Formats: sequence, structure tokens, C-alpha cells
Amino acid sequence: MSGIQLRNVAKRFGDAEVIPGIDLDIQDGEFVVFVGPSGCGKSTLLRLIAGLEDVSGGTISIGGKDVTDAAPARRGLAMVFQSYALYPHMSVAANIGFPLKMAGQSKAAIDQKVKAAAATLNLTDYLARKPRELSGGQRQRVAIGRAIVREPEGFLFDEPLSNLDAALRVNMRLELSELHAQLKTTMIYVTHDQVEAMTMADKIVVLNRGRVEQVGSPLDLYNHPDNLFVAGFIGSPKMNFIKGAYAKEHGAATVGFRPEHTTLSKESGAIKGVAGVSEHLGSDTFVHVKLEDGTQVTARCAGEMAVRHGDTVWLTPEDGRLHRFDEKGLAMREAAPKLRAAGSGL
Amino acid sequence: MARAVSTRRKVFFTVLAWTVGLLIFFPILWTILTSFKSEGEAIMTPPHFLFFDWTLEGYHEVQARSNYFLYMMNSVWLSFGSTLLGLLVAVPAAWAMAFSPTKRTRGILLWMLSTKMLPAVGVLIPIYLIFQKLGLLDTRLGLIVVLFLINLPIIVWMLYTYFKEIPGEILEAARMDGANLRKEILYVLTPMAVPGIASTVLLNIILAWNEAFWTLNLTTHDAAPLTVFIASYSSPEGLFWAKLSAASTLAIAPILVLGWFSQKQLVRGLTFGAVK
Repeated sequence: MSGIQLRNVAKRFGDAEVIPGIDLDIQDGEFVVFVGPSGCGKSTLLRLIAGLEDVSGGTISIGGKDVTDAAPARRGLAMVFQSYALYPHMSVAANIGFPLKMAGQSKAAIDQKVKAAAATLNLTDYLARKPRELSGGQRQRVAIGRAIVREPEGFLFDEPLSNLDAALRVNMRLELSELHAQLKTTMIYVTHDQVEAMTMADKIVVLNRGRVEQVGSPLDLYNHPDNLFVAGFIGSPKMNFIKGAYAKEHGAATVGFRPEHTTLSKESGAIKGVAGVSEHLGSDTFVHVKLEDGTQVTARCAGEMAVRHGDTVWLTPEDGRLHRFDEKGLAMREAAPKLRAAGSGL
Repeated sequence: MARAVSTRRKVFFTVLAWTVGLLIFFPILWTILTSFKSEGEAIMTPPHFLFFDWTLEGYHEVQARSNYFLYMMNSVWLSFGSTLLGLLVAVPAAWAMAFSPTKRTRGILLWMLSTKMLPAVGVLIPIYLIFQKLGLLDTRLGLIVVLFLINLPIIVWMLYTYFKEIPGEILEAARMDGANLRKEILYVLTPMAVPGIASTVLLNIILAWNEAFWTLNLTTHDAAPLTVFIASYSSPEGLFWAKLSAASTLAIAPILVLGWFSQKQLVRGLTFGAVK
């Protein structure tokens, strides 16, 4: 197979245009994450690729074959749903074996493949159980088992971890990454959680209002966001943005710097503000600062940093870590002359 | 949080529930008791409740006078036939409405239900004439079609509410797993909807079994079900309460037994979707 190609793929629901037209290339074996806020069209895009929704325009090809009008089952893709979508009346074994049964495989072959998948996913002891007798994490594993057992050409994940608790989510994230490393199959993963996107993806597709804002590797998006939206969406806590005089000094309409690229001092610095709430995480402290013009920004400091509420503080963005944006919110890649003179830049 | 219920309240409501329950059941109980009385005893005032000469006289006479088995078989044919036909039409209809709704689905559902509000007598003459012309009067087929049509809205509604409860994602998962529409309905939808389909079937059988207006008006003998059998005891010679009660008891017994064994399903079916 040679990846998945979308050409001008559009989707309308009645008069509402959810996706105006997207071009995207997904390479064979890549782990691609679609990320964006609720309602940005990421799940719709995944469903279009799956064939669960019909496209309103454009073409989708998988492995070089046009599958725009092919039924979901004929696309060679397996999907893991947010709600797991297990068959409640079937045992775990029957759930995992269902795609094989639909493909008309023999009982012995199904049995053997189900056992192998169950062993990979630590489900061997649960094969006779019904989904309702499993925990959330186990159900998710059954859903993954059902997807891997048929050895698809690609996997589609629709926010598969959002129903799990935080600790389990971290575990499953690792397991999925491990699975990708083992199988080396194309995976498309939809999430609104940028941490999931950053930690798992080979390539992130940031979507907003049905449009692709930027495509790139996690670090590429983190270090070189194309616009304000991507800059604000990728990274946690989110990037600080400052307009006005300070931005003008740098020849931009808006400047952005990440909390982790900000030095906080009680004596001196580039930007003056008043400390608000400090969030102590042990390893780090997030200090929220209100600037003189009312803008709220955050600085990531050392864990033992002690700043009192109401203290006057100074913030200094790290050299070379300042992001500049024009009036339209687009990134200004060329270094500002002033900055070069001041020894700082992008 | 559980509400604290005082013992006095509990006793009060228990007594109230039993009273209401017995009140509702009383006519059936009285019919059954009367069926074991002699004609003289049956019209005695004040009536005797339990202490009378129990006799099977009524049953013997009913059995001697009419062929109970023929009527019962007709009832079975009509109720099961109309239900089966109803399912064949309603399952795909409800599937389409639940999983592939259009702008007008809601309207169609309401329109279907509104047909139940039309008084049946309003269409009696046209239907009677159509049946006459087609030679369907007093035939099982004609009655099955009529009962199927009058109960279809209820079957579609009930199945629709059941199907709506099944998450669409599960059916999509089946589609991704390679199931075509037939396999999707066979392996995934139907097993998940079995409780719903079962209670729909039960309710429809009961409705068809008890239906009296059309069965009385469109049949005389050949296709006459138990409703006609009962009615025949209230005519020319006047009322013979014991015999009438024996006939009624025989007519309702099968459905009473069916209802008793399936009450859990029925209650679930009737209250489905009511609280959510």
C-alpha cells in the first residue's frame, strides 16, 4: 500500500459546509494525528476516509486506488470508535473474531488469530466474557483487537482514549505507540488533546473550521507554527500572545512566546506585570501574570519558585524563541532587523 | 439518593396498590367465577362470591353448541399472521427511520400514529365494500391484512424507539468490519433488539387477539375468531351469563397465560423510552 491521498475532499450537511476542500497526503506506515477544537471537522474527515460518510466533492484514494465511492468494508481500513462500539451480545472472542467471520474465514483460522490478538493485548483471560463485564481500558483493548485481527491496510482511531481516566490514558497512549512501532501500519488518529497529538504523531494535521491550518511533525509545529491558531493550539500551557507596543518593537502585530521559554524575575526583565495565581506541580510552577494592559500570560518556572499573589514581576522571553505574527495572524518568518541588532530573533 | 420511606407510608401504598390491582382484575375474576356457576346461580341477587355449587355445566354447553377449536385457531391465525406480516414491513421501516432519518421522518411517524386516532367505524363501509368486491369477507387473509394494517403504526413506533436506543456507532463498526446491510441486521441489529422485538410481538399478538370491531364486522363463521365466539352468546335468545362467562373465559385464557408469562417483557415494552 502506498498511503492515503485526499484531493479537494469536501463535505456539506445540507447548507452547512463542514469541510470546504482538503488536500492531504498520508504516507505508508505513518502515524498521523488530526487535531483541532470541537467542531473543526476532524471526526468528519476521518469518517469520510472510513467511508461512513459520503463526500460532497473530491476524491479519496488508498494505496493508489480511488475508493471515493467504495463501501467502508472495501477500503481495507479498521476503525476504533470513541465509544468502543463493541457488540454487547457477543463475547470478547466473538467481538475480536467478527471481522474475520464477515470475511468468511474458517473457524480454526478465526480461533487462532483471535488468540494471537488477545495475547498481544493481554486479553487471553477475558475471551469468554461479555463487554459489559470489562473495565474501560479492557474494552478499549478489545476494540483495538477487533481492529488489528484482520490486518488492515490502515487504522482509524476516533478519539479512542477520551472515555478513559487520566492514568489509563497515558498507558494506552504508550501501548498504541508501541503497537504502531510493531505493526508499522498507517494510523490516523483523531483527538482534541494536543498532548496526545504531540506524543504519538509522526505528523500532525491541525484543523480549524474544516480547513487544514498546518501539517508537520510535532516539533515542527511547536517550533514553527504557521499562524496564531496553531501557535495557540499546540503546546501546553498555551503560548502567550502580546499585542501593542511590545509587538511593534519587534516589527509585528502580535508576538508570542511559550511559558517554558519565559524567564521570570522579581527584579528586572523585558515585560512588567503583576503575579496572580501560582500553580505548583512539584516539578514546575506555572505563574500566571497580568500585564499592565490587562493581558494574561503564563510563565513556567522551577518547582520551588515562590511568587506571592500581587508581587510585581518581570518576564523575559528566551532569545530566539519569540514568534512574530502579522495583522492576519500569519507567522513572519524573516527576522526583524531590530531583533538581530538586539541579539534575539526567531 | 434513596428516599427514606416511613413504614406507615409503605403500608398505605401497598394496600392502595393491591386495592387498585384487584379492582382492575375484578371483572376478569368475576367472569371466571360466573363461568363455574349454573345459569340460575349466575343471576342470583345478592350474588354469591365463592360459596356456590361449582359446576362445569357452562363449559359443557359451550363445547356442545359451538366449535371452540375453530374459533381459537382463527384467533391464532389472525394474531400471529398479522404480527408476522407487521414485522416484515415494520423492521425495515423502523430501521430506515432510526438509522437513516430524513427531514420528514418525524412527520411520517406522527402521521402514522394519527391514523390510530381515526374512529374505525368511519372507514367501515368503504372497507366492507372493498372486501365484498374482492371476495375477502369472512376470510383469514382479509382479516390478517386488516389487523396488520391497523396495528402497523404501533409496531413501527415501538421498533423505532427500540432501534433508536442502539448506538449508531455499533452498526458503523459492523460496517467497518465488513458486514453488508443484511449481515448488519442479522448479526448485530436483531440480536441487540431481541427484547424490543419480543415485546412488540407480544403486544401486537394481544392487540390482534382482542380486536373486536373488525373481526365482528368482517367475519361470520369461516374466519371468525374468539371475539365472534363470545359475541354469539349475547344474542338472540337473550343473555345466558354462565355460558357467556364460560365462553369469555375460554377466549381470554390463552392470552391471559401468554400475558402472565411475558409480563416483564410487556412492561418493558410499554414503558420503553418513557424515562430517559
